[in-house]
Amino acid sequence: MNLPKIPLGSWIETAEDWLTANFAPLFNFIKFIIGQIVGGFEMVLRGTPTLLLIAILVALTWYIAKWRMGVFALIGLLLIDNLGYWDHAMQTLALVLTAAVLSVVIGVPVGILCARKNTVQNIITPVLDFMQTMPAFVYLLPAISFFSLGVVPGVIASVIFAIPPTIRLTNLGIRQVPDELVEAADAFGSTPGQKLFKLQLPIAMPTIMAGINQTIMLSLSMVVIASMIGAQGVGADVFRAVTQTKTGVGFEAGLAIVIMAILLDRISQNVIKRKKK
Amino acid sequence: MPIVEVKQLIKVFGSDPKRALPLLKEGWTKEKIHKETKLTVGVNQASFSIEEGQIFVIMGLSGSGKSTLVRLLNRLIEPTSGQVLFNGTDVLKMNAEQLRKFRRKNMGMVFQKFALFPHRTVLQNAEYGLEVQGIEKTKRREMAMESLELVGLKGWENSYPDQLSGGMQQRVGLARGLANDPDVLLMDEAFSALDPLIRKDMQDELLELQSKMKKTIVFITHDLDEALRIGDQIALMKDGSIVQIGSPEEILMQPANKYVERFVEDVDLSKVLTASHVMRKPETITAERGPRVALQLMRERGVSSLYVVDKGMKLIGVITAEDASNAIKEGLQLESIIQRELPSVAPDTLLNELFELMGSIKLPVAVVDSAGRLKGIVIKGAVLAALAGNADLGAGEQA
Repeated sequence: MNLPKIPLGSWIETAEDWLTANFAPLFNFIKFIIGQIVGGFEMVLRGTPTLLLIAILVALTWYIAKWRMGVFALIGLLLIDNLGYWDHAMQTLALVLTAAVLSVVIGVPVGILCARKNTVQNIITPVLDFMQTMPAFVYLLPAISFFSLGVVPGVIASVIFAIPPTIRLTNLGIRQVPDELVEAADAFGSTPGQKLFKLQLPIAMPTIMAGINQTIMLSLSMVVIASMIGAQGVGADVFRAVTQTKTGVGFEAGLAIVIMAILLDRISQNVIKRKKK
Repeated sequence: MPIVEVKQLIKVFGSDPKRALPLLKEGWTKEKIHKETKLTVGVNQASFSIEEGQIFVIMGLSGSGKSTLVRLLNRLIEPTSGQVLFNGTDVLKMNAEQLRKFRRKNMGMVFQKFALFPHRTVLQNAEYGLEVQGIEKTKRREMAMESLELVGLKGWENSYPDQLSGGMQQRVGLARGLANDPDVLLMDEAFSALDPLIRKDMQDELLELQSKMKKTIVFITHDLDEALRIGDQIALMKDGSIVQIGSPEEILMQPANKYVERFVEDVDLSKVLTASHVMRKPETITAERGPRVALQLMRERGVSSLYVVDKGMKLIGVITAEDASNAIKEGLQLESIIQRELPSVAPDTLLNELFELMGSIKLPVAVVDSAGRLKGIVIKGAVLAALAGNADLGAGEQA
């Protein structure tokens, strides 16, 4: 039996063209908003004198995590500066923070919806599977045609790749709140909103924070891919080093990413632990 | 008017549960319905009414539907059919907003596993019901503190639940339930998770609270001793149906069927029945009468002693036939032969306490209320008969 091939590819392209043609104002708006957020972060991170910013970050790490992490932050950040990647690292950090903020702002409410309605969960779950497993390069292409080259499609790609843990763990965290507590909240006449803010979110918070932590780490892992479509930063340094087979440069830039990753991880992990004390 | 009235309340679990309704009306059993339709009957045509200020105990073994039944009252579980009337208003007809208001103001709840909010302090737990009503902070703190004081948790308000023992945690649960001052308090196996000794303390405290606050309490338990100890009325459940409703004595003395009988046969009656259950009417005389009248009375009634009381039935003492006839011979007044030292107990004295007293004396024991009035007398035979489960003796002659 010889069935004709389903023209899935050309359907997708038609859809892409149609969206580009008809939703340009929306895409421009999104581009503008994301551009503003990245710009804001960059202004703060790159505008502050390097040594002052390092001092602030070390103090922050010290305060939130343990003193040992503070020492690590001091050495690590000075090393990044010494190797000459400070400015690029801050560009990367701006991109990662933007992606993380957007992921939380979108992901937590979506996670809450999933926890409330099984229908939403059943629809969202395969979408999340798709987002996490579809190779990032594939959706970089439509991202370029919608948002053109630069940092914005990089942020979009990072959000798509990094948002699933926040959604999944918000959903999980709320669903894991013991039934008897939900029942108690109901028995005292809580509105759904009161139940959410006074009971479910506070109890789910450690789980949600674990999701946010994962989201930050995943968006950091996207910086090299984002650099292929024009996002600046240490990711671009790594990408250039790879294309020019410069092992030393690639290693230096990669090390800068690792240092940032460890700091972001420990800080976001410890925020919730501190709060509990 | 009863504060809560439940009429033909039914809960069936499963898809399209309404199809079980006609079958239940026809008298199908839970088992048969499950076999034929795969539906599970939770509560089968329960009807009862609860008077204000009563402790109404719903008792049954696990799976009997008692926890489901109590949740139907405040619609934590939605009933399949029937009526729950609270002061005449049908709770099942309330919309979401009315139901919330009803739960906030009229019906509090205490849970088996405490269900305290782990991220809130003891005080924040106690004030939860007030907080969701939107009562402002200083006011609700004050009310929650009062409630915590009531259950003896003053000084613990800033602790977290996991820092407290089980008994104390359930006190927090109780304080949370009482803080909004609801008309009815639902207690779902509230003491079942506690150690036996602590459980007994909590029962005592509940009774004490109850005597102070006159709350209407619906108390769920699987423990018959607990039910008999605290219940004014007991509803016994089996397979989702109420098998018998009655006072503790009625359940014990007149079990409605074999099931109840088997249930209560192991109960230690001496720890449940009190002097007022077994006492009989005393033969009395006032002190102004003469010894001749007394002797005559004793002869008529066929007794060997008479209790001397004043006009308000206040107990003065006892006279025996022997003393009376001596008095007639010697020309003495009745006044001078009264034995004023005589054994007496309060009406709520348990039979096991009565036992010890009765072993050492010859005379019947007088039952005297707190104002000193004679309510009845207890003779040895009546106690033994009651313990043997003979309902006719004593119980029929309650004062």
